[in-house]
This record gives sequence, C-alpha cells and structure tokens, in this order.
Amino acid sequence: MTENNSAVSIRNVTKIFNQGRPNEVVALEDISLEIQPNEFVSLIGPSGCGKSTLLRIIAELLQPTRGEVQVYGKTAHQARLDQDYGFVFQSATLYDWRTVAKNVQLPLEVMGFSREQRKQRASEMLKLVELEGFENHYPWQLSGGMQQRVSIARALSFNPKLLLMDEPFGALDEMTRERMNLELQRIWDRTQTTIVFVTHSIPEAVFLSSRVVLLSPRPGRITEILDIDLPMPRAWEVREDPHYFELVNHLRDTLRAIEGGVQ
Amino acid sequence: MSLQRVWRQYAPTIVLAVVVILLWELIVRVFNIERFLLPAPSAILANFTSNLDRLTHIGWFTTKEALGGFAIGCSLGILAAFVTARWTIINETILPFAIAANSVPILAFAPIVNNWFGVDNPLSKMVIVAVIVFFPMMINTLRGLTLVDRNALELMHSYAASEVEILLKLRVPNALPYMFQAFKLAAALSMIGAVVSEYFGGNRSALGVFITQEAALFRFESAWSAIIIACIVGITFYLVILFVERLVIPWHASFRTTEHG
Repeated sequence: MTENNSAVSIRNVTKIFNQGRPNEVVALEDISLEIQPNEFVSLIGPSGCGKSTLLRIIAELLQPTRGEVQVYGKTAHQARLDQDYGFVFQSATLYDWRTVAKNVQLPLEVMGFSREQRKQRASEMLKLVELEGFENHYPWQLSGGMQQRVSIARALSFNPKLLLMDEPFGALDEMTRERMNLELQRIWDRTQTTIVFVTHSIPEAVFLSSRVVLLSPRPGRITEILDIDLPMPRAWEVREDPHYFELVNHLRDTLRAIEGGVQ
Repeated sequence: MSLQRVWRQYAPTIVLAVVVILLWELIVRVFNIERFLLPAPSAILANFTSNLDRLTHIGWFTTKEALGGFAIGCSLGILAAFVTARWTIINETILPFAIAANSVPILAFAPIVNNWFGVDNPLSKMVIVAVIVFFPMMINTLRGLTLVDRNALELMHSYAASEVEILLKLRVPNALPYMFQAFKLAAALSMIGAVVSEYFGGNRSALGVFITQEAALFRFESAWSAIIIACIVGITFYLVILFVERLVIPWHASFRTTEHG
C-alpha cells in the first residue's frame, strides 16, 4: 500500500451485516474515499444508506467485512488505541453521575492526564463551547443544545486530530441547530481539526462542509462527491447566497432521484 | 428545604396515621372487641412504655441477626454479580438459576437451617437472612453492571479504555441506583427474615420467640409491643439506607427537584 497524507483513507470498504443469514444486509459496498487533513466532510444520504456505519468503521467501533481504513497513515485499530479521534453521538451521552466539568475530563482521566492538566483543559474547552460557569452543573440541569456542546467539548478535550460526528444535532430543534452549526463552524476554524460529519440535513451539510459525500441506500454506495466552494469562514449570510441555494437544490434533486430509484 | 415545606410534604401522612389510630381505638371500644383479636392502641402503648427495657433488649438481639445476615447476603450478592458480569458464560448459565432461586420461599428452610447451626445460635438466623437477601442483591447489581447504554460503552471504546476503567468509570456508577434499590428491598426482607425464622425457635431473648411466647400466654398487648419494635427497626433501617443513598448518588433522577429547567 502506498504512503499517503490523507487524514482518513477508506479503501474498498464493504460492510455486510448478518452475513450468510436470511436477514443479510449489505450496508456498504465498495466504498473508497480520501479525506484530507483539516477538511470538513459531510456524509449525507437517505436513512439506511450506511452513513453512520461508515463513521463507526472509521472509529473502529465496527469492523468492515472487506476493505481497509487508515487514519493518518495508521490502521483504524492503531488510531483508536492512540486516541487519534473524538466521537460525538446523536445523543449527548453524558454520564449522569458526573458534573459538566467531570464529563469533559472523562477522556483525559482514561488517558492519564494529571489533575491540573485535566482542570485546565476542561475549562479551556468549556470556554470554547461557551459554557463557562456551568462546570458544576449536572447534565440533567442543561438543555439539549447545552448538553451536546458539553459532548463536543469532551470530544475535543484531548486535542484529537480527527473529530467524528454522528448526527450530533439531529435531536435538536431548528433554532438551536442553526446556532450549533455556526458554533461548530467557529470551533472547526479555531481548532483546525479534520471533521467527518454525518447528517440527514442538506442545508446543514452545505453550510458546514468543504465537501459533501452523497450515499445511496441498499447497498450503500457513493453517488456523488460535491465540493462546497463557498468562502470560509462562513457566516449567517452564506445561507442567503444564491450559490448556496444552487448547491442545496442540486443535492436535494440528486437525493430525490436516489430515493425515487429505490422505491 | 424549609420547615414549612417539610410540614406541607409530610402533614397528610401524619394526619392519616393519627386518624387510623383513633379509628382503631374507637372501633375496639365501641364494638367491645376481644383483646386476643385486637387490643386497643392505648393498651398496647401502656404495655410498650412499661416494658421498654426488655423490648429494646430483645429488639436489639434480633436487629443484630438481621444486620449480620444483611451484611453477609449483600456482600456475597454483590461479589457474585461482579464475577457473573465479568464472565458472560457464567452469566448465561447462572442467571436462570438465580432468578428461579429468587422465587423460592427461602423461609421454608428455616427449621432445617436451625438444625444445622443450632436453634439458639444467632448464626442460623443470619444464614436465612443472608440467603433471602442474596438473590435480589445479586440480580439487581448484575442488571446495573450489564444494562449499560450502548453509546456510553462505545464512548469508552473510542478512548481505548481498558475493561477495568470501563468497570470503574461506567459500570459501577451505572449499577449504584440498582444496588440501592436492592439495599432497600434487602433491609425490609432482612427484618422479616430474622423475625419469622425465630418463630421456628430461637434464643429466649429474640423478638420472634418473644412474640410467639407472649401470644401463646394470652399476653397480646405484649406481643403487639414487640411487633411495634420490629416495625420501628425495619423503618429505621430503610431510612438509613435512603439517607446513605442521597449522599452517594445525589445525581440520580429520583432526587431531582423541579427547580431546575
């Protein structure tokens, strides 16, 4: 295999669930994708297209049936052991028994950071997601949007080179979601992390990404890869840009064609 | 909580208790109910206060049995749960037995256990209590250790956390509310287990022996006084666990006030 400088390198990945059984499902078929450092790539597609599965394979939370994934030149397994990525789930997945600060410190504890480092990192991260003053609150005392911000702070606390996000704003209301988009855009700009972002919202994907990868379902295949050539960093105004609408409409049409083809 | 709020919260309960006791007194007097059926609360109270020394003595004797059995049974139950949770094969083999054993009326074994360890020996009662509390303790702890949110577990895997770290930082905290539920159940069961197994014979200064004796000798007020002691001990035990629970898992949903959003 040749050396490359990709942040994530996905080569001919196929994932089959329940292989050989009557309920066999080909979730992903022969996916190849290169993601460059500091890119913001969104995976988008109708439900059942395997976008979350692909994200979990990058994280090595799932094993591919065939094919290979490399993260910064290492195997996905080694990358996980080296704690190269942070993962954000759709639900904030905060631990109920930990305060906000302690939740952000969780990965740092596992990774053996000292107490001072943990405290310092946690307060930096909470400042980054604009949650200073909430250190000693428990998760249930926060709104859904605030909880998700804590989980982003937690994922970034150990400075991972890669951030994997699985529909992180899917459970939030539209207003909160737009605010979170803006915030994530700012965080990405400041941390220079590579982000792979799973979503089913086209406007969200276009607003945030440098590239959008469109997947079709059953079996999950890459239908289109679209460069989002809108200027960075992006502000609210981008959402009124005619080119933004063109891109959104283009993706919407393609998606509709995919879904029509399936039914 | 302010004193006024405490009062508002508990006033209905207190009022109900007073009404029930007054009604009881009234019914006994108006219908002239025989004292072997139901003595009047006033008569029980008179007996209770005049025999307080003896009652506390026997009450303490049985409480020690209950506490001993509680400690042994809960420790072994927790230990068994940890071992079972660690090895899935054991888990799948043993759990059906544990659940079946949990529905066996263990008190039925009391006379046999009395023979094993000696009727007079408090250990025979402790063993019965320990066996009674073992299964709910084990099953609940096991549930808490294994019923962990999938994403919470994946999060730990994403940090490449070891099994020990997952146990300490996720499984054990997750199990604590389940364990306190079991402790509360075990507290009530241990007092019942101790008193009832004494009905099958035991030391002269044991609560269960005292109750059967006094009832046989037609000293019903005295038997009722002993029952009150058993109630007081049982409720105190429960409250102590409730108090410890508040200290250990203040984050748990059951303690959330509505003041926060």
